[in-house]
Amino acid sequence: MKLAAYIEGIGLLGPGLANWPDSQSILKGQTPYSPQKTLLPAPALLPAAERRRSGAPVKLALAVGLEAIQAAGLDAANLPAVFSSSGGDGENCHAICEMLASNDRQISPTRFHNSVHNTAAGYWSIATGAMASSSVLCAFDASFGAGLLEAFAQVIVDHTRTVLLACDTPYPEPLFSARPIPDAFGIALVLSPMKTPRALAEISVALSDDVADRLDGELEKLRVAIPAARSLPMLSAIAMRKNGRVVLDYLDHKTLTVVISPC
Amino acid sequence: MNPLWLSHFTATSSIGRGLDQTLSALKEQRSGLSPCTFDTVDLKTFVGEVAGLDYVNLPTQFSEYDCRNNRLAWLGLMQDGFDESVRAAIKKYGRQRIGVFLGTSTSGIFQTELAYRYRDPETGTLPAGFVYRTTHNTYSVVDFVHRYFDLSGPAVAVSSACSSSAKVFSSARRMMEAGLIDAALVGGVDSLCLTTLYGFSSLGLLSEQPCRPYDAERNGLSIGEAAAFALLEKAPQSCDGIMLLGIGESSDAYHMSSPHPEGLGAKIAMQDALTMAGLAPSDIDYINLHGTATPSNDAAEGLAVHALFGQDTPCSSIKGATGHTLGAAGGIEAVISALSLQHGFMPGGINTKQIDPALNLDYLLQSREQKIQRVLSNSFGFGGTNCTLILGRIA
Repeated sequence: MKLAAYIEGIGLLGPGLANWPDSQSILKGQTPYSPQKTLLPAPALLPAAERRRSGAPVKLALAVGLEAIQAAGLDAANLPAVFSSSGGDGENCHAICEMLASNDRQISPTRFHNSVHNTAAGYWSIATGAMASSSVLCAFDASFGAGLLEAFAQVIVDHTRTVLLACDTPYPEPLFSARPIPDAFGIALVLSPMKTPRALAEISVALSDDVADRLDGELEKLRVAIPAARSLPMLSAIAMRKNGRVVLDYLDHKTLTVVISPC
Repeated sequence: MNPLWLSHFTATSSIGRGLDQTLSALKEQRSGLSPCTFDTVDLKTFVGEVAGLDYVNLPTQFSEYDCRNNRLAWLGLMQDGFDESVRAAIKKYGRQRIGVFLGTSTSGIFQTELAYRYRDPETGTLPAGFVYRTTHNTYSVVDFVHRYFDLSGPAVAVSSACSSSAKVFSSARRMMEAGLIDAALVGGVDSLCLTTLYGFSSLGLLSEQPCRPYDAERNGLSIGEAAAFALLEKAPQSCDGIMLLGIGESSDAYHMSSPHPEGLGAKIAMQDALTMAGLAPSDIDYINLHGTATPSNDAAEGLAVHALFGQDTPCSSIKGATGHTLGAAGGIEAVISALSLQHGFMPGGINTKQIDPALNLDYLLQSREQKIQRVLSNSFGFGGTNCTLILGRIA
């Protein structure tokens, strides 16, 4: 079994990072990075009722997921997916906890179904018509690494394409003080078991004890502030089109090495 | 897939702590459901509450993980010598070569629900003792178990509502087949909280009686809580044990809180599990249904089962006994499927009086003692997520 996967499409949305094409010069250091609040587009693909009910995680997942899949020239309806997120819909969670602490505990059905960790996965399959499997994961600050390992294992073991969506959104106060994620950040990768003309890079992933790579200045602040942004050293290496090896944060005392060869 | 061996397993729920109590409750068709007196809940419903959780103490070095969900996890790990089995596996494989994959939907959210009652009236801040990472966060129970055993391999929480702890088997299988690990600690832990009780109530899906899966008069579910764990290893050359033979997963792509009316996603999951196991529907001796007792779930699942298996495969739901344990349901039902294989019995569904004639299946109302070789177990959840496991006995 060859332990390699090919990245065929990338989606990116975060503070000061509007999409993958526009972010590459920032990640290569050619354009200065200036963080600005992440703007989440309305999820046009959802039916009107679902669009009204969708919160930030759904908008973010649809934005980055569709960017990656369109870049790869694929149809989302046929792709399995891996969703990894360090928490659920923070605004929704706050609203529920506030009501449950009040004299009126009758939370709405929409609030309740939006409280599950797989809300974005559910809306995603409704929006895209995808009936394939989805894995929905959480590993706190290690959520990007956990998602990457899951997607990588799926590609090499089941010999299938998959789309990884790692997305984080903030909690409002008072939970924000307990879990201070400053803004929304999402990354999506379409991974394929075969090298095709669309392939951007070959990657292989392994567990490691090495120290995670860091970035400079504001990008480093972003990397450590939002779990999904722990992916940035890998995106930066892909943008620079260099053969090499990056080390990404994963669990405490455990990192992931990603060996990258541009295609 | 290469069969995976469930070398050790355990379950704790309202019907018992550990396998002996669970087995006798199932054989004697005893329910763990009782009128809800949990916390300050003022709903007329029944719950499957695990007795004594208020008196469980985590080991002192893990005090920051203290919450209902982690107490239940720890209580579960202490049953049936499971703790020792994991430690033996660590000696055999090494701490980096064992992955931890646990399903949960509630995690320790109850801790945050309580904290919101004690917000500072002036500033709205949460009480000083509140720790988000080790209680509320979905990963908290995995983090606790990973640290408790001092493991250093991959670890992740799977949280796809009520399919969570069935889907952990899939994540573990892939990582074992990829050679990233040699063994996996899988399972699920879910605990009572206000969000799920008031949430299902808002959807009109909570029964005021003990839930009656597949009954013509069924009118909703009863919520339960549980911890279930299994140790997965590669099957040895000769082994008389319980094996995981196949897994099927699908998405409904239909609605956030209602299943596809014809059970299309459910059917795909069951078919894919059979295909992965290289089995035909006639190879399945017993089906452990998802069977939540909501009108729409049982109707959709019943149609899907009938479409694939016809009306002759014995089946039942154990949720009349345990309640719907949500994120732990797939795990506990995998363990109960393993018990059924090991002890040669099929649990009768309890509370159900009159089987829905529209669901034309061989739904068991009485437990049946009979040697069986293969069990199929269904778990479906909000967001249209479906997972089917096939377990078998290799003698």
